[in-house]
Amino acid sequence: MTNHWADLRNADVILVMGANPAENHPISMKWIQRAKEQRGAKLIVVDPRFTRTATKADLYAPMRSGTDIAFLGGMIKFILDNNMYFRDYVVNYTNAPFLVNPDFKTCTDLDGLFSGYNPKTRSYDKKTWAFQLDASGVPKQDRTMKDPHCVFQLLKRQYSRYTIDKVSEITGTPGDVLLQVYRLYATTGVPNKVGTECYAMGWTQHTIGTQNIRAMTIIQMLLGNIGMAGGGVNALRGESNVQGSTDHGLLFNTLPGYLATPTASWTDLATYNEKNTPKTKEAKSVNWWSNKPKYMVSYLKAIYGAKATKDNDFGYNWLPKLDEGQNCSWLVLFDQMFKGKFEGFFAWGQNPACSGSNAGKVRKALSKLKWMVNVNLFDNETGSFWRGPGMNPKDVQTEVFMLPACFSVEKEGSITNSGRLAQWRYKAIEPIGQSKSDSDIMNELFFRVKKLYQKQGGKFPEPIFNLTWDYGEKDAEGKVKEVNTHKIAMEINGYHLEDLYDKKAVPPKLIAKKGDLCASFVNLQDDGTTSCGNWIYSQSYTQKDGKIINMMARRDKSDPTGMAFFPGWAWAWPVNRKIIYNRCSVNPEGRPWDQKRPVIKWDAAKINPATNKPGVWVGDVPDGPAPPLAAEGGKLPFIMKPDGVGSIFGPGLADGPFPEHYEPLECPIQENPMSKQYNSPTIKLWYSKEGQKIAPEDIFASCDVRYPFVATTYRVSEHWQTGVLTRHEPWQLEMVPQVFIEISKELAAEKGIKSGDKVMVSSARGSLWAKAVVTGRLKPFKIAGNTVHQVGMPWHFGWQWPADGSGGESANLLTPTIGDSNTMIPETKAFMVNVEKM
Amino acid sequence: MGVSRRDFLKLSGGTAVAGAIGAGISPQKASAAERELRIKGAKETKTICPYCSVGCGILAYTKDGKLVDAEGDPDHPISEGTLCSKGASLYQVVSNPTRLTKPMYRAPGATDWKEVEWSWALDEIAKKIKDVRDRTFKATSKAKIKEKTPDGKEQEVEKEFVVNRTDAIAHVGSAALDNEECYMIQKALRSWGLVYIEHQARI
Repeated sequence: MTNHWADLRNADVILVMGANPAENHPISMKWIQRAKEQRGAKLIVVDPRFTRTATKADLYAPMRSGTDIAFLGGMIKFILDNNMYFRDYVVNYTNAPFLVNPDFKTCTDLDGLFSGYNPKTRSYDKKTWAFQLDASGVPKQDRTMKDPHCVFQLLKRQYSRYTIDKVSEITGTPGDVLLQVYRLYATTGVPNKVGTECYAMGWTQHTIGTQNIRAMTIIQMLLGNIGMAGGGVNALRGESNVQGSTDHGLLFNTLPGYLATPTASWTDLATYNEKNTPKTKEAKSVNWWSNKPKYMVSYLKAIYGAKATKDNDFGYNWLPKLDEGQNCSWLVLFDQMFKGKFEGFFAWGQNPACSGSNAGKVRKALSKLKWMVNVNLFDNETGSFWRGPGMNPKDVQTEVFMLPACFSVEKEGSITNSGRLAQWRYKAIEPIGQSKSDSDIMNELFFRVKKLYQKQGGKFPEPIFNLTWDYGEKDAEGKVKEVNTHKIAMEINGYHLEDLYDKKAVPPKLIAKKGDLCASFVNLQDDGTTSCGNWIYSQSYTQKDGKIINMMARRDKSDPTGMAFFPGWAWAWPVNRKIIYNRCSVNPEGRPWDQKRPVIKWDAAKINPATNKPGVWVGDVPDGPAPPLAAEGGKLPFIMKPDGVGSIFGPGLADGPFPEHYEPLECPIQENPMSKQYNSPTIKLWYSKEGQKIAPEDIFASCDVRYPFVATTYRVSEHWQTGVLTRHEPWQLEMVPQVFIEISKELAAEKGIKSGDKVMVSSARGSLWAKAVVTGRLKPFKIAGNTVHQVGMPWHFGWQWPADGSGGESANLLTPTIGDSNTMIPETKAFMVNVEKM
Repeated sequence: MGVSRRDFLKLSGGTAVAGAIGAGISPQKASAAERELRIKGAKETKTICPYCSVGCGILAYTKDGKLVDAEGDPDHPISEGTLCSKGASLYQVVSNPTRLTKPMYRAPGATDWKEVEWSWALDEIAKKIKDVRDRTFKATSKAKIKEKTPDGKEQEVEKEFVVNRTDAIAHVGSAALDNEECYMIQKALRSWGLVYIEHQARI
């Protein structure tokens, strides 16, 4: 979230699209309700299904799964056509006035493609997706935004096709409802009205998932809603610590703190820094990522300690490196496993046999492994895959180790919520039975592997020998007896390894002593004199006046600004900032756009304790201490962007600098009404060229009479993800005992299905039974002149538990092997199925 | 002065217990009294809900090393004492009879699980990690990259690069772990040379 949960209270209009917080983030509805009750805020829900959140909405718009960009593109056109954008914000804080290469072409010019497309490589040459630069290397601008090559005019051109009729033809949303949504949301394009957006997997799990979110960020910038209290673009993250686990680099492409995983051609640290550190010629840009070398060296110092020296590039070459273009993301990983490329596999606190898209392929892939380690609280479909449906255990040669992990209340540590708030959890009881914490399990494994290398030698043991592992008291053999997670939290926060002086002061002033915990990432160095496991968490476990403070354990619930920031409660990254991009909440002079809802404001008279001069920000922790844009030394607000402004034109993505509507891989219509480009032109296909035979496991069926209904998946409040925890809880299981499918009354009548009937749901890849729920919550859509039915089902179930099979199977047996062009997230929110009465 | 639910519990503790036995009290008071009985003398531990990402506060009550109750934390500024049906039934995970309590092993072709000792399982896994790593370790890898020639043109050349990795072991998980665990696990996996590291965030 750019903002945070309690901040939903500060909104005037709340758009929930691609999420269902009443069901999946139930307690967050408190803050949406409060906005409605206390401010008279309006709630808009856009969803294929009339969800529990929709029951609280002032305005509900049904929309076919997978057509969000058409819907939002129509809103962009509406805002531009009716001059409802926030001009001062757009001109000053976004790249709307920037001039783009005159050879750049939009999808309006090229019938669904941007300039530079190469159909052979299914990728773009981005040469024309660049700004025109002046003599000093700074992008040229037309502040009147009239130049035909400026971003603003290109945006108009790109969305000129997104008329109400066209959008309605694609989405199935009635035109008058589209207009009501657009009108209401666009009212927030004035300084004293703020709109926010809440999304979740309903937006991300698409071949165009990244661009769904980009479309909304464009709207939020046009309306001046980024950085504002009650504004922002808010990802409602799915798991208790999916924010933290992402922050800490449990992904193939990122190290902790969003530092890139090294690739082969970045042969040394200097090359890595050169290739990864953005540069700018814009004097008013903070370009915070210019500090990246400090964060990388401090990370290497954290993981290799004293062994990391300037002479050995701080151990840079001990890190594994990816080949150029090597993608190890989820779908590729299971495809490689399916092809027998892995010997060993860890499924650690995760149940891919039910959660992975195209779960049937995942299960077959597991049988190709030589060994698997399954770490969990309960047995699950992954650990027991060898005895699952369609498997003959005698034929499955995979060795499986199932290790019992303990529960959250049986250990101590922090988790980070969707609002980037890291909160400490204490241990209430000892682990049940012989179960162990995940950190103790890894501690045991790491020690044993290291010991084997010490005894026997082996390939390249340096990274193992040199890894720091100072996590508690050691036994006679040198093994940490029990992991002290506070020690890890301190390593993540970082230490000063030498005394640090402010050399600008006369005489130089001591800032921090050797051995001190870092006060924040501001003092991190690129010369090996600081260590920090994850720069964005620096300040989370720090010290003040010699006293060590676990900031994540703080419990002061005071609200000094009255804006629901609660700055003394736990700790939010970065540096306890509650609303990121908050320098956009003020005008160039530093005065809040909305005086009644200030996030920060510039007090020009007040003495700044850091500089001893007048001029200081008050309110939330500002996005950098620099004065406001118009003041002397003032800086632009988007401190993480080299140009210093928000990207309405976003050339960084694979599939276009503006979002464009493409149909899902599986869809109900033969042509894309928006252009001749049917699917996203840059998605990775699971076969190498047109006409080549596709593996049966990866088959798909678009606009195919055998699978006529649009399907989506979702969750219910009573269950959790694949249900590994909640299917074992009697109360939850009693409330929602088995997999069901929601179908409209109209489709039910057509198919002779009644509520409670057992039906067979099938896709090109698999099938499962489900209980029919015939409901008015779904209605047939009118799409391109045809009646299209939409169905939906939860994915919480699996064969392994309840043991009698009464819960049914995973809806992911139906979902396809296809991913987003940028992130490779699977498209599990829009695919095609058939439903038949059993 | 407002009285929070928690203050009410503290204030009303003794009398509510006595009252609950009598007839004619309101259902609200009775449920508060029942809770008071349940947590009397119990140790209170502050925790955060392990399910969705709202991060609601939970007070876990333990007696004699056992979890006896879990309630919403009324001091928590986001959840203000409220919990959903999952958070409110935390104890059903803790005390669940189907929890795994011992390491289990399934041999190739076996038709059932077998209980094993921790030390055996960990030793076996460690041996396998080392064996696969040593056999499949790629110190270098050849790759085609684009390089500028002296006349300024780009040309594709094949070069050998240091990569120091294994492509034969993969790992997924987990967004259900604590921050410290995620950090420590990625660190260990990368020391073994793994690059196939993924988790819930991708899906």
